[in-house]
Amino acid sequence: MSEQEWPLWEVFIRSKQGLNHKHVGSLRAPDAQLAVDNARDVYTRRSEGISIWVVASNNVFASDASEADAFYDPSNSKVYRHPTFYDVPDGISHM
Amino acid sequence: METSSLDLLESNFQSKIDRDIKIEPKDWMPDDYRQTLIRQISQHAHSEVVGMLPEGNWITRAPNLRRKAVLLAKVQDEAGHGLYLYSATETLGADREELIDDLHEGRAKYSSIFNYPTLSWADMGAIGWLVDGAAIMNQVPLCRCSYGPYARAMVRVCKEESFHQRQGYEIMMSLANGSPEQKAMAQDALNRFWWPALMMFGPNDATSKHTAQSMKWKIKRNTNDELRQQFVDVTVPQAELIGLTIPDENLIWDEKSNHYITSPINWDEFWQVVNGNGPCNKERIEARKKAKENGKWVRDAAMAHAIKRNAINLLTA
Repeated sequence: MSEQEWPLWEVFIRSKQGLNHKHVGSLRAPDAQLAVDNARDVYTRRSEGISIWVVASNNVFASDASEADAFYDPSNSKVYRHPTFYDVPDGISHM
Repeated sequence: METSSLDLLESNFQSKIDRDIKIEPKDWMPDDYRQTLIRQISQHAHSEVVGMLPEGNWITRAPNLRRKAVLLAKVQDEAGHGLYLYSATETLGADREELIDDLHEGRAKYSSIFNYPTLSWADMGAIGWLVDGAAIMNQVPLCRCSYGPYARAMVRVCKEESFHQRQGYEIMMSLANGSPEQKAMAQDALNRFWWPALMMFGPNDATSKHTAQSMKWKIKRNTNDELRQQFVDVTVPQAELIGLTIPDENLIWDEKSNHYITSPINWDEFWQVVNGNGPCNKERIEARKKAKENGKWVRDAAMAHAIKRNAINLLTA
């Protein structure tokens, strides 16, 4: 039988309750359960996490890096989305 | 692509590097940058994996349970480090299986230090203290490497390796404070590993063909000689403190430069070992190939099981 390479998985770890899962790296495993088992052995040997997500890498659809400037540009022109855009008189607090 | 637009891409790329903006996998990068990283990171990965072999040699013969547990944990870390690094090469579009084949077919290099045999238990001390010490010296600046995934892998590796060097030094210290035979064993390990450890930093700056470009791309942050000097400066007093002698009659402290000066390194030996003629080159590669062949049925079975179960899941969905 010719060897079929194990698929690639992206690993996300929640380091403690109250925080998001965060991408930490990737690994290869034949299926999702073994990907989680391997991720535990590789990425959480020193209490780095309490919860693991794995996602098959080919299921990640990403924005286009070469178009990042145009794609994310509009937010810079809309400064009124930020509180510092607005004038408030001196002496106003709790706002 | 037209030359002018390529020039523009390249100058934008270099300007990002100059402003210390990290390069991420999907960003445009010059092909040479990509190839240099794949070469360097895969050599680094191979070194982690081959590096398990000299220490694996002593796991079953560790002098007590504590030492055995520590050595096992260290070797397990090295397997993990290999994985982080192979994953980093995959973000550059490299194929992990091809890289491993390159190692097994002798097309890829790895750190020459692992081609020396581990003859006594004291070698576990010398390796942790000197080899991991030199590796840390190399890896700390790599945490600021311009390529994001490599830099992040290095942060993890450095965090995990901080115990490796200490456990090695502790072994050396115990032996140096032990019986005369034990102290002689520690000294012998230092004698054998000192020069190969200095060679780990690679050729002198004058003869290192990749250094200048790698510094410009901020893949490397320090030259080989700078890092080697740092290593000598911190390690000599560590040897003195436990009563061991650096095997270099000409070693002197130079007050003017505030550095130790060593004898010249025997670069013939370095190139001999790098080019496959060290004491253990053949043995190391044979062991890697055997491990891959012997594990094949497990990998195939796991994959076949996953495919079969996926098929059942689809049927019952």
